[in-house]
Amino acid sequence: MSKQNQNGVLSGEFFMQGDIACAEGAICAGCRFFGGYPITPATEVAQRMSERLPLVDGSLRGPGAPRGPGMYVQMEDELASIGAVLGASWAGCKAMTATSGPGFSLMMENLGLGIMLETPCVLVNVQRGGPSTGLPTLVGQGDMMQARWGSHGDYSIIALAPVSPQELFDLTMHAFNLSEIYRTPVLVMTDAEVGHMTEKVVIPPAEEIEIVERRKPTVGPDEYLPYHVEPGEWVPPMAVAGDGYHIHVTGLTHDERGYPATSDDSAQWPLVTRLIGKIEENKDDIIMLEKDRIDDAEVVVVSYGMAARTSLWPIQMARDEGIRVGLLRLVTVWPFPDEEIRALAAQVDRIVVPEINMGQIAREVERCAAGQAEVIRVSHPGGGIHDPQQVLRTIRGAARSGV
Amino acid sequence: MALETKHNQLGGTLEAEGEPEGLDEKIHGRHPLDDLLRTERLPHIWCPGCGLGTSLTCFLSALRKSELDLEKTAVVSGIGCTGRVAGYVKLDSFHTTHGRAIPFATGLKLGNPELNVIVFSGDGDLVTIGGNHFIHAARRNVDLTVICINNFNYGMTGGQAGATTPVGGITTTSPYGNYEYPFNVSGLAVSSGAVYVARWTVLHARRLERAMVEALLKPGFSLVEVISPCPTGFGRRHKQREGLDTLRYYREHGVIDHDADLREAEIGLGSSFVEGNFVNIDKPTFLEQRAEWLAQSLE
Repeated sequence: MSKQNQNGVLSGEFFMQGDIACAEGAICAGCRFFGGYPITPATEVAQRMSERLPLVDGSLRGPGAPRGPGMYVQMEDELASIGAVLGASWAGCKAMTATSGPGFSLMMENLGLGIMLETPCVLVNVQRGGPSTGLPTLVGQGDMMQARWGSHGDYSIIALAPVSPQELFDLTMHAFNLSEIYRTPVLVMTDAEVGHMTEKVVIPPAEEIEIVERRKPTVGPDEYLPYHVEPGEWVPPMAVAGDGYHIHVTGLTHDERGYPATSDDSAQWPLVTRLIGKIEENKDDIIMLEKDRIDDAEVVVVSYGMAARTSLWPIQMARDEGIRVGLLRLVTVWPFPDEEIRALAAQVDRIVVPEINMGQIAREVERCAAGQAEVIRVSHPGGGIHDPQQVLRTIRGAARSGV
Repeated sequence: MALETKHNQLGGTLEAEGEPEGLDEKIHGRHPLDDLLRTERLPHIWCPGCGLGTSLTCFLSALRKSELDLEKTAVVSGIGCTGRVAGYVKLDSFHTTHGRAIPFATGLKLGNPELNVIVFSGDGDLVTIGGNHFIHAARRNVDLTVICINNFNYGMTGGQAGATTPVGGITTTSPYGNYEYPFNVSGLAVSSGAVYVARWTVLHARRLERAMVEALLKPGFSLVEVISPCPTGFGRRHKQREGLDTLRYYREHGVIDHDADLREAEIGLGSSFVEGNFVNIDKPTFLEQRAEWLAQSLE
């Protein structure tokens, strides 16, 4: 059933581990550069990339970049991994790195540089239990707020939360497209459970895969302003090194020319509001939700990633008992679906939020519910998945107290 | 120039007041290296007597003499006074984060091997906060030209001690004299695998420029360590009130020895130090190694 295309990209049906599916999703999306550092439980992504990238055609590296095989480089640490990924993106490559908690912490500063320079790239976090070294081999979802706010300063970010190896494939691929559309690093916030799970993964034929390339400037070097957007647009076209534009980019607050403008707040205002606006004002296009049996629900489970998967059985059990319960799964966690949660809170009495942390996204749900619905946390500190019975008991309790 | 016109039409609102807006050509004339500079950003931010002006001039002259394709040449800097170089050169130029210029440059080079990639940054950036990246890029023999301006202190933040400050050096964070052993940058590079290593003071501008040409044309990890005055942060605390005093110091203490044992090439306070074109060897670069190994293994 499976095959390898001429350019080395796979298609067909596979029995595949989540981390491997992540690597294959990246390759399908055109990723031809991986800068990595081994860390459990994300190591398999790097391993797979080191094996596969030399075998795939580099012609998808991007316009202007030379042909040749894809590039895997094992860096000296995670600071360097994301640094190299940003550099590769500015060389015209689609680039990715994958890590887990401690490495994610190390990447935070250069994540901010990626956001400031408006650099398309993908950063995968196969979350494990924390804080610190925590539980290297065991599941966690404790980095969700770090994903949102981990680098200093104000910005918005896109973060996706896959629920299965198939979705780890799909969403890694989609993350590349989003990163090119919005010129920003995109986070794939998976976890040790999904990353190490092996299931059926279907990779569509190349012609059915939609690949987005970054928008290049249409004007010549004399007219090009690297950070100028036309009225009504949010994202400037991107010239990269070697395109002949003599670009200058800096992590300092900069004007449309890309030049530092640090004496007062006059450049800070348009820059920071645009960095935030290009994501927040396009929420409708970015946010993906999965809704199941919400229309008649009195209780709704809001969850994401592995915790959402653990909630499927208790939701079905509760339905079998006659409890009108539904699921709202956050496929996109950031930007947060404020409007949808607000509408949900107006419709139902109680919202149950299972997550493998002590209530990070539950607090966001509470903020949006704003007292209109009661938000019940089902917290887990990491190291295991929820006991489905515990989720079921919480759903029952939520339904009873509503009567 | 189109950018200038656009900027002026917007009445200067694009850029904050106080940022330099270019030199008046009628007053200052044209410099032969102006083509390689973003002249609209001049004058630069560096202090009188600083060695960065000379270093940049040597670099731009070397760039021209190297005859590299400047459309395919990129400069990457980290943070600090030297980090501002990326903002002045009219090439594809990247002002990145503190200490991480080399990883960014590694990504650029490996992402598009056609690019000539130069890392131009300071000692604090490259061998203190970024020391790990420095030794690993040298170990891999990534084809980068690294120009490290060594002024023995953190200039931009006001003259603090770093990993290059000589023992006894007075800085704002070593007010009683520095008691830590410093790195010898050239020795660090060669012991990590660099294929080209030279050290010159800015007093030896011609030799410095020639070393830069050699480094630019050398495949693999090459280092030019530039010993450079910082009168504001370092010199004035060491009886060198002005940049010129430091240049005199270089004349009196610099010893040219191309064959010096780099294990002993430390730089102390008040003692002589070696400079020269120390290392120039041939070794396959990261990309050559990779191509050869992949070709063999995937045969």
